Amino acid sequence: MTRQVTIDPVTRLQGHGKIDIFLDEQGNVRRAYLRVPELRGFEKFVQGRPAEDMPQITSRICGVCPTAHHVAAAKALDALYQVVPPPAGRKIRELVYNTFLFEDHALHFYFLGGPDFLVGPDAPKAQRNVLGVVEKLGREMGTRVIAIRRAARELIALVGGKAIHPVFALPGGVARPLKPEDRLRCMEVADQAVEFALATLRTFHQAVLANPKYVDMIASDAYTHRTFYMGLVDERNRLSFYDGQLRVVAPDGKEFLKFPARDYLKHVAEHVEPWSYVKFCHLKDVGWKGFEEGPQSGVYAVGPLARLNAADRLPTPKAQEAYEEFYDVLGGKPVHHTLATHWARLVEMLAAAESMQTLARDPDLIRSEVRTIPTAAPIEGIGVVEAPRGTLIHHYQTDGRGLITAANLVVATQNNAARIAMSVDKAAKALVRNGQVDEGALNRIEMALRAYDPCHGCATHALSGQRSLAVWVYDASRRLVRQIPQSP
Amino acid sequence: MADTESSGNGKAFQPRIVAFFCNWCTYPASDLAGASRMKYAANARVIRLMCSGRLDPQFVLAALREGADGVLVGGCPAGDCHFQDGNIKCRRRFELLLRLVAQLGIEPERLRLEWISASEAEKLRDVVEEMVKQLKELGPLRLEPLPRPENAGVSELPSAAVAADGGPP
Amino acid sequence: MSKPKVGFTWCASCGGCDEAVFDLAEDLLQFADSLDIVLWPCAMDFKRSDIEAMQDGEMSFCFASGAIRSSEDREMAALCRRKARWLVAFGTCAHLGGVPGLANLDSRESLLQTVYGDALFGNASPGQVRPQHATEVPEGTVSLPTLDESVKTLGQVVRVDYVLPGCPPPTRLIAAALAAIVEGTLPPPSSVLAPDVALCKQCPRIESKPDGPLLRELRRPHEHEIDPEQCFLAQGLLCLGPATRDGCDHACIRGNMPCTGCLGPTSGTRDFGAAALSAVASLVDSHDEHQIAALVAEIPDPAGTFYRYSLPGSMLHKRAGGPAGGGPRP
Repeated sequence: MTRQVTIDPVTRLQGHGKIDIFLDEQGNVRRAYLRVPELRGFEKFVQGRPAEDMPQITSRICGVCPTAHHVAAAKALDALYQVVPPPAGRKIRELVYNTFLFEDHALHFYFLGGPDFLVGPDAPKAQRNVLGVVEKLGREMGTRVIAIRRAARELIALVGGKAIHPVFALPGGVARPLKPEDRLRCMEVADQAVEFALATLRTFHQAVLANPKYVDMIASDAYTHRTFYMGLVDERNRLSFYDGQLRVVAPDGKEFLKFPARDYLKHVAEHVEPWSYVKFCHLKDVGWKGFEEGPQSGVYAVGPLARLNAADRLPTPKAQEAYEEFYDVLGGKPVHHTLATHWARLVEMLAAAESMQTLARDPDLIRSEVRTIPTAAPIEGIGVVEAPRGTLIHHYQTDGRGLITAANLVVATQNNAARIAMSVDKAAKALVRNGQVDEGALNRIEMALRAYDPCHGCATHALSGQRSLAVWVYDASRRLVRQIPQSP
Repeated sequence: MADTESSGNGKAFQPRIVAFFCNWCTYPASDLAGASRMKYAANARVIRLMCSGRLDPQFVLAALREGADGVLVGGCPAGDCHFQDGNIKCRRRFELLLRLVAQLGIEPERLRLEWISASEAEKLRDVVEEMVKQLKELGPLRLEPLPRPENAGVSELPSAAVAADGGPP
Repeated sequence: MSKPKVGFTWCASCGGCDEAVFDLAEDLLQFADSLDIVLWPCAMDFKRSDIEAMQDGEMSFCFASGAIRSSEDREMAALCRRKARWLVAFGTCAHLGGVPGLANLDSRESLLQTVYGDALFGNASPGQVRPQHATEVPEGTVSLPTLDESVKTLGQVVRVDYVLPGCPPPTRLIAAALAAIVEGTLPPPSSVLAPDVALCKQCPRIESKPDGPLLRELRRPHEHEIDPEQCFLAQGLLCLGPATRDGCDHACIRGNMPCTGCLGPTSGTRDFGAAALSAVASLVDSHDEHQIAALVAEIPDPAGTFYRYSLPGSMLHKRAGGPAGGGPRP
């Protein structure tokens, strides 16, 4: 008796998603499909728009990571107009960017994916959220989480205009200099951020690593895939969020590719399936071999785990220590356990906080020259950043007036789309056996997805977004047999 | 051919023009044309404004939305505006409106701004005739009706149990 | 007395409106004490079946963000309309169509062709595979919602009771709305929950805005230095402050960038783009018709500028018939 179970929608992430789980006669999973049912079409409707509007238009791809699009767009415009921002312009961008990365990673751990560990994957669903986390951690720590995030957000708004859909980036720099009195605030928040990142890593040790059930889960084969990994690195192969070259390592951890972002089309291609609006990125040099892991398959991952795997070091000292501990505990490089991404994310959070400290104290930051006015005619530009969720590339072509004629956006979660699909499928196969489907099992399938901190609006730069997750079980005659959750 | 396109009852397409005429110049010109028994196309429905500068671009869009195939605006020639430069203000808005609606697929020939003084009845006649001819070539402006909840095609409409009692919650 | 039930849902949304709720920070914890949040897919695990299981009108308020792009968006809007006593169009996408509404400058087909068909960038199988409404896979059928022909506002598919405008709605306005819900002091339905005054009037730079026409040339922001104190229009930069509703604490202005109109119009305006166009055109400082035409031609993208957030909610709603191509026409 064939049955189908649908999770509708996936929750605690950005974007819409549904998971269809097809069972065989024994009630074991034949295959699970994550379908992303949304599409807005930014690549189409930015055509005809002035290029200088792209930082503010593309930020609307995602309200969770608008700053990533904003800054990637600005870098593409730098290339388009062949201008280099002056030091203050670049460093203001980097300061805002690291602050954003810090708070976005904190958001994921405390609000989105983290509650599964902090409150528990089988906890009542009304508690698996930030309110449950605050209750679990206690009002003091809970208040601290809220307060540091607020401080970081206010800092982004102070320097960048708005925290959600910022306005500060222009071709060649930023819109205005930082006021000297605001620098003090930057230093204060940066110091608090470092303390908080360290405290969060301690919380992770206590709440997750000290819990053998969670450690088993993280190390289990159900949540493991051996793929390629990609991330930006600087000239010393240190992880970089803002700039550098793209480095790809193979499943055995050895460097496979290193290339500047402007060559991405030589190495990255997109594959389309008819059952999802998301396009699946893969490595051209290896080819699309389907949803398979291993060195023969072009599937790769981006994001915190991938970045740690692809880099040789972290750029800041405390984060470097955390990075070394990460690999010591998990058995060396590379780490293929998808759930370890939660930990990798916290290591990055610390790196971003330390970078905030360094930038806030940099004398260049308050210089008055913050923008290089373009003089060259625009033709084409490619910009790259590491968004919290992974590599983000903006690629524009314009006419002579600087109006977009064509745009390509390779957005973080898109790079991960194939591996995400595999993670969901593998977790479903491991967790649903002999027709036993309960709410906790379904949540654990979603955990395979949440680890990536997915952003389906980003992945499809799509218009619509539907989100919901529920399970209906049908028999071979398509009669509804069971519903999970049960209607009250 | 567009000019024989049926308007639904077998007759040839007759473009509908909404005309905004200023009180001091173009409106008297149309009066004069009438008093002189000039024969010309009767496609324009005239709305009198106190000045072409009163023309809100929303009026033009509303006219198109309500079924006009074209919009004609008539004002005083340069230097003759009863309110000094209302006509120039109209020109500023109209220029920008033309470029905006062009991006929305509305052909520039559908919107026309002319300076027609009170004595220029022949000019008015010629403008209207020319515009009708152009619109016959372009064909009707078929705007789809605006989406509304009634035709949203949603399977679950609010049931009667959700009574909007109108008061604040 | 039991706490009012409140829900947040999202259609074709970027998630920014939900982030604005997170930005309530400490106030969020307080509101969570006074309100029963029963739906919030971004942050909580209530599923579609939980909504379907509710009584009609069980949610006192549902805040729905996002534009309506697909069949599923329409269904979700209808479902939440049914299960909520009062429905709030939350954010500019729900209110006016938002940035995704720019897709209405072209056809649905040209959108799909660009995303899945064009071999311009990297697509491994251009034109051969497109997402389908129903796909037969070896294990069964996988379905996707279909895209509607045009992007719509929330109010174009269901009756909307309140509007909380902004892209995103300023967190302060969200706090005020939630506080009013808790205290029972919301204004009557059909209200826009934001001040009814144009941003220009309260702008910190108003002192340097001359009376009367002042635009002698139009500049694009990346081509010149931007004075951090002077009115943008006086600098030749397009600013939609004169036509845009206030309520945002002038965040963009303080960021030294002009207003782009994200809170939409003040009351009494039917078409924001037309109103904004009119405000800007009125400021052109020339009596010479050729000069006027030349200056206006310097605005490179009128539709993208004046209808950036509001095309679906505008009077024309989308491109009239004719060939595809979202670029500016000569």
